[in-house]
Amino acid sequence: MQPDHSSSSHAVSDALDRPAAGTDTQQFITFTLGPDEYGIDIMVVREIKGWTDTTMIPNAPAHVRGVINLRGVIVPIFDLRARFGAGLTVPTSMHVVIIVAAASRTVGLLVDTVSDIISVDPKAIRPIPEMGLPTEDQFLEGLVAMEDRMVTLVSLAGLFGKLADANKRASASDIPKAA
Amino acid sequence: MTTEAEGYPLAQFRKTYFEECAELLDALQSNLEILSNASGDDETLHAVFRSVHSIKGGAGAFGFADLVAFSHVFESLLDAMREHTIKLTPDVMQMVMRASDVLADMVNAARDDQSIAENHCSDIVTAMEGALNFPLELDGPTVHAKPAQEGSHLSGERRYRIAFAPHTEMLQKANEPLLLIRQLRKLGGLSVEVDTSRLPQLASLDPEAAYLGWTFNLDTGVPLSAIHEVFEFVEDDCDLRIEVVEPEAATHTTSDVVVRPTMSMAASPGDVVAPPASSAQSIRVDVDKVDRLVNLVGELVITQAMLTEQGTLLPVDQHPALIQGIEALAQGARELQESVMAIRAQPVKSVFARMPRVVRDLAATLGKEVRIITVGEMTEIDKTVIEQLNDPLTHMIRNALDHGIEGPDERAAAGKPRQGTINLSAAQRSGRIVIEVSDDGRGLNRERILAKAQERGLVAPGVTPTDEEIDNLIFVPAFSTADVVSNISGRGVGMDVVKRNVQSMGGRITVQSRFGSGSRFTLSLPLTLAVLDGMVVSVGKETFIIPLTAIIESLRPHQADIHPVVGRGLVLALRGEYLPLTHLHKCFAIADAASDPCRGIVIIVESESAGRIGVVVDELLGQQQVVVKSLEANYEAVDGISGATILGNGRVALILDIARLREVESSASTDPSPLAQHSAPIGVLKEAAHAA
Repeated sequence: MQPDHSSSSHAVSDALDRPAAGTDTQQFITFTLGPDEYGIDIMVVREIKGWTDTTMIPNAPAHVRGVINLRGVIVPIFDLRARFGAGLTVPTSMHVVIIVAAASRTVGLLVDTVSDIISVDPKAIRPIPEMGLPTEDQFLEGLVAMEDRMVTLVSLAGLFGKLADANKRASASDIPKAA
Repeated sequence: MTTEAEGYPLAQFRKTYFEECAELLDALQSNLEILSNASGDDETLHAVFRSVHSIKGGAGAFGFADLVAFSHVFESLLDAMREHTIKLTPDVMQMVMRASDVLADMVNAARDDQSIAENHCSDIVTAMEGALNFPLELDGPTVHAKPAQEGSHLSGERRYRIAFAPHTEMLQKANEPLLLIRQLRKLGGLSVEVDTSRLPQLASLDPEAAYLGWTFNLDTGVPLSAIHEVFEFVEDDCDLRIEVVEPEAATHTTSDVVVRPTMSMAASPGDVVAPPASSAQSIRVDVDKVDRLVNLVGELVITQAMLTEQGTLLPVDQHPALIQGIEALAQGARELQESVMAIRAQPVKSVFARMPRVVRDLAATLGKEVRIITVGEMTEIDKTVIEQLNDPLTHMIRNALDHGIEGPDERAAAGKPRQGTINLSAAQRSGRIVIEVSDDGRGLNRERILAKAQERGLVAPGVTPTDEEIDNLIFVPAFSTADVVSNISGRGVGMDVVKRNVQSMGGRITVQSRFGSGSRFTLSLPLTLAVLDGMVVSVGKETFIIPLTAIIESLRPHQADIHPVVGRGLVLALRGEYLPLTHLHKCFAIADAASDPCRGIVIIVESESAGRIGVVVDELLGQQQVVVKSLEANYEAVDGISGATILGNGRVALILDIARLREVESSASTDPSPLAQHSAPIGVLKEAAHAA
């Protein structure tokens, strides 16, 4: 077992045992991409598994890492780092795939590690400051300041709208204007 | 609370009722078609009557008053036809067809909790009532001239003696004698004697068996058929004997006695003859259950493939029993799968049967005279395909009617019969189903299509596409959405949608046309969307599946047979024929693959739209039945890929869409502005078609 996985699944079970801090707090699973920590709504997370080899999808955008067989279901894996424009991840068996259910689809997100489960009062979520970088902030939902660190919340809806769009754009680029 | 508690099962029954209605309406429709072709007999008419009768029965139970009222009139009309008091003239047939359409609308309205416009059905009701009253009053003497046959239309009262002895298992078939008795009592004065002679000792009594028999004396003015109707649903499960004991007029004494033992099929035409026991040979199963079974078997087949793969790693001489077992498992799994798929297979009839109505309605709206001839409607295909067939087929038929077939006068002027003909046929051909829709209308006007395409920049100027290429322009979205199209020669409105629908289920559509004499659309579809036999091939480190139905042969070519053609890549000379070669690694940008066809394997494949091509791969890995999984469910459609499957080793392999490979290769290897390429204008068209 990789230490990453056991510690993360440990954290998951801990959090589930813990009574919710309040009725209107929201729980997020946090994960890392390099030094940055991101959070994703726990309600959409179906499972967390180690990276396994994928089957490539021809002529797909770079962030689409291919598909895997998840107990008989074909699930595409998206490289979140590449999606955020920070280059391709070089996956090893230490990398983690978060399986999420979004808008009737099941997809996997390739991240570096899963680190924690946090409970957040929605009022504590700060908006993303306007930084003149339109690409990223649409799939980000907000910022949460923890004691010593900052977690960026990822909007799955925004992300998947974007993923679909990005795929369309990628395939649309070789279509003549006449169509 | 009570209503909620009661509401649940009622909703269930309601659902079942409407499912049944759909089947009954289908049966009704197809039987009416038989009748209208004058090929039906009394039995067909009885079947029509029973469909309407059953719909009425259920409607009464659920309180759909409109539906009951309408189907009652309809039923009366059919009853009169059964008894030959109304003759089956074309006018009457027209009326019955119309009534069945209205009935279908009313059932749908009831299902969706909508009310139907009063005038929608009132016309036809009036017409039917008129027909019912008219011959009964006027043709009275004619009717009386053949009383021996019917015994069914005397207004005076008479006494029937009905001996009714249910078979022991009748109650288990959900029939309740008390309800029958109540129904009889509604017909007239009733006295009942019970026969308890068959009643066993209490100790040996089966509470679910029927032991009692009854003799009824019924004084009534209703015809004999009305009494038979009461027993209609139990006729097969009882001994029934109905006789007239006190005829009104002495002359009828002998002739009106109808003895009807249970098994006698020599009943008079006025009687309801129960269908032969075929209904007992089938069961109604929820489709979800079958789907679940199909999925489970699919998983089983994957596991079996995995075992087979592992088995090949074993030394042949060491575990003979195990290897034999694996082989037997493969055989069994395959047969199991075929049987399960057969459960889900349905004749295309369920879709075809709806088309005559589409034609009738639209022909009436457009003022055209059109008949539709269907052939091969018993061809069976998987439910998954059938479900998706309705929309494209309806669309094509509508198009043929709207744009293909001319008005009667125009046809007459062109020396054609005033009535246009649409042929709809289905046949199974080499593992696929081929559906053809053809009409004898005006056909496609190639000149105008080409002119339009050039105007829109779809065809580069100075290029002369072949006739076939021009015809296929009607499938290009940019072309068919143009409003002018319907004014040109064009069918075309929405043909791109049809093409997309067909492609999404792994099918192909082609058109052949002759200006002035009609068009033929050919749809080729897989028999099922769930499994296929595939050839597993490798390219670089990747594994793909090529559908076996598409493969003609595979070979390792000699260098001397490979020739480059400028701008078109390589061709392979094979027995005097030149086949274009497609490199899979170029299509899909795969590294470390054999680019020299002589070092790899060339698989000759054929598809309806792309013809024969040679696909260059590295290696053949073997042949395998695979379960088709959707790539679109969680991702999206990928050009050149028709689906995915899971191999024995648990990995995903993609299934190639061989008809698209050439296009994928050319778009992958060229600059993405193909409009500039005058050498390949049709490639542009196809991409444009694909884009939307």
